[in-house]
Amino acid sequence: MRPVLLESFTATSCIGLGLEQTFESLLAQRSGLKSCEFETVDIDTHIGEVPGVDAVRLPEELARFDCRNNRLAELALQQDGFLEAVQRAARRWNRKRIGVFIGTSTAGILQTELAYRERDQVSGALPASFEYGATHNSFSVADYLRQRLQLEGPAVVVSCACASSAKVFGSARRMLEAGIIDAALVGGVDSLCLTTLYGFHSLQLSSPLPCRPFDLARDGISIGEAAAFALLERPSQNLDGDAILLLGVGESSDAYHMSAPHPEGHGARRAMQAALRAADLDASAIDYINLHGTATPSNDRSESQAVTSVFGATTPGSSTKGATGHTLGAAGALEAVICAIALRHGLMPGGVHTTHVDPTLTAHYLRENRRSPIAHVLSNSFGFGGTNCSLIFGRPG
Amino acid sequence: MKLSAYISGIGALGPGLVNWQETAAVLSGRVAYSPAPTILPTPALLPPAERRRTGRVVKLALAVALEASSRANVNPPSLASVFSSSGGDGDNCHELCQALALEHREVSPTRFANSVHNAAAGYWSIATGAKLESNVLCAFDASFGAGLLEAMTQVAVDGKSLLLVAYDTEYPEPIHAKRPVPDAFGVALVLTPQKGPGSLALIDVTLGHDPVDTMSNSLLESLRLSIPAARCLPLLRQLARNEAGPTVLDYLDVSRLVMNVEPCV
Repeated sequence: MRPVLLESFTATSCIGLGLEQTFESLLAQRSGLKSCEFETVDIDTHIGEVPGVDAVRLPEELARFDCRNNRLAELALQQDGFLEAVQRAARRWNRKRIGVFIGTSTAGILQTELAYRERDQVSGALPASFEYGATHNSFSVADYLRQRLQLEGPAVVVSCACASSAKVFGSARRMLEAGIIDAALVGGVDSLCLTTLYGFHSLQLSSPLPCRPFDLARDGISIGEAAAFALLERPSQNLDGDAILLLGVGESSDAYHMSAPHPEGHGARRAMQAALRAADLDASAIDYINLHGTATPSNDRSESQAVTSVFGATTPGSSTKGATGHTLGAAGALEAVICAIALRHGLMPGGVHTTHVDPTLTAHYLRENRRSPIAHVLSNSFGFGGTNCSLIFGRPG
Repeated sequence: MKLSAYISGIGALGPGLVNWQETAAVLSGRVAYSPAPTILPTPALLPPAERRRTGRVVKLALAVALEASSRANVNPPSLASVFSSSGGDGDNCHELCQALALEHREVSPTRFANSVHNAAAGYWSIATGAKLESNVLCAFDASFGAGLLEAMTQVAVDGKSLLLVAYDTEYPEPIHAKRPVPDAFGVALVLTPQKGPGSLALIDVTLGHDPVDTMSNSLLESLRLSIPAARCLPLLRQLARNEAGPTVLDYLDVSRLVMNVEPCV
C-alpha cells in the first residue's frame, strides 16, 4: 500500500488529555485505572475513566448530540490544537473531499440505558428528550464530528467491536489511494456505559483488580474510555524527518468463535503478516509491538503464540492497557497514537501492573520503559466476532 | 478515480420479497408488488445451538449473503466482506437495556456477545470459514451508500472480490417509536474486479449531488424510504431490468452516489 501521513494526531484517555500528558504518563509508567465508581455501577472492578467529561458542553446548535460519547469526542478535539488542524485542512482541501472514519463499539448507548429507567409508567414510552439518531445510533459520533467540523466528504462509523478504530485506518487509506478524498479524519471514541461494564462482567472477562496483561495471575480486563484522532493525508515529496507514516494495514477474520480468539492465534497471525506485506517489511524491521494485550487468560495466550510465530521471541512488545484500560472501540486509535508517541520520542512503553510475566507466554514482554530510536512499530487490535487488525507505523526513510 | 466493479451475484429479502428472483420479477414490473411481513429463514448454515442464539438481524444478513454467493457460484471463503447496517439487533438491544434498567442488572452473556455490531459478520465467518478481511459499518440512513462505497473502494484499490451485505431490522417498542423502521430488508452483492462467466453487470460510482432516483410504485418508494438498506432499490430495479444507464442513490444529506450500470449480457 502507499504510505499515508499522520498530519496531526491527539489522544484523550484516563492517562491524559492530549499528547503531552499521555507521554508524561507513559514515561512515568503511570496507570489511570481506579476502582469503579461510575454512575450507579455496583461491580467490583477497575476502570479507566476520563476526568471532566461530564463538564464538557457541546456547541448549542449541536445540542441534540449531547451524550457522554460525544462529549468525550469534543474534549479530545480540543487538545493539541487538533480541531484547528482539521479546520486548516478544510481550508487547504475541498470540504467535500475530507472523509470521516470513526470507530466505536457502543457510541452513546449510555443515553438509552438512562432513558430506559425513565419510561412512562403507563405507555412504556421513552422520555421525549431521548434522541436515538444523535446519541444511541453507532453513526452518531461520526455525524457529530462531521457537523462540528463542517466536513462534507464520505462519513462512516466502523463498528467491529474492539478492532473498530484500527480498521478505520484501512478504510481511510483505501479512499485516499482511490483519490476519492484528499484528507481523512480517523479515530475512535468509546465511553463508559453499563452495557459493557455489566456485559464483560457477565462473561467473567473483567478483573476486580487493575488489569495485568501477560501476567501469570492475569484475570481479565479493566474497561476504559478514550477518544483518539488522526488527520491522514497523502505524504508530500519533502517530508519532515519527524513525520509519522502509516505504512501497513493487515486485516483478517478468525472464523472461530464469537467471544473467544482462535486458541493458537491463527487470525491474529494472518493480520500481522498481511500488515507486513502491505508495508513491504520483514518481521525483523519491527522494533516494538503494541500488543492488544487485554489481560484475559485466553486473549494473551493466543496473541503471544501469534506474535511468536511471526516475530520470534525477541521483538519487544507491551500492552498499554494496564495504564489506559481496554478502551474497546477506541483502543485501535488510542494505541495508534501511542505508537506515534513511541516513534516520536524513541520510547517503548513498559507494561504497567504486570509483575510476573507468564513464563508460558513466549513473546518478549517489556515491563520497563526502553528508550532507543525506533523505526517501525506494529499495533494489534482484535475483537469479538473474530475480527483482527494490525497497523504498522514508521518514520520516513 | 472512478470506482468500478462487476456484480456477479445478488441476494435480496424484504417485506413481500422472498429472494432476488422474486424481487427482480417485482422490480422489472412483471409481477405486482404486494407487501407482506418479511419472512426470515432459519440459518441452516449454523449449528443448531448457534441457530437458537441468533436474532433476526443475523438471520437476515446470512440469508441474503448466502443467496448472493450461491447465485455467484463462489465459495464464501474466497470473498472479503463488507457488512453495513443502520442499527443492528433491535430485539437484543432492547433486552439488554431492559435488564440494565432493573434493580439486579442481570445481563445475559450470550446477549452481550451478540450485541456487537459485527455479530452478523462474525456468524457468517464462523459458518462459512471466511477468513479474509471483513469490515462492518454504520452510517444511519446512509448505511447502504456507505457500505457500497467501502466495498467498491476495496474492489478498485485492492483488487479484492467481496461480498457486500446491507441489512436492517426493526426495533421493538419503546425504541421503535424513536426509530420507526417497519420491518426487515436486506440485500447482498458479490462484487469482483474482473469480469467472470457469471458477471451480471459492470457498475461504477462517483460522489455527486444529482437528485436521487425514486420508485414509481408508491409502495416500493415507501419501502425505499422507510428501511435504510432499501435505498438500493433504484440500482436493483436497473439490474432486474438489465438496463444500461445512470442511476442515483441516496447517501448522506450532502452527497449522492452517482452510478452507472452496464449489463454484461
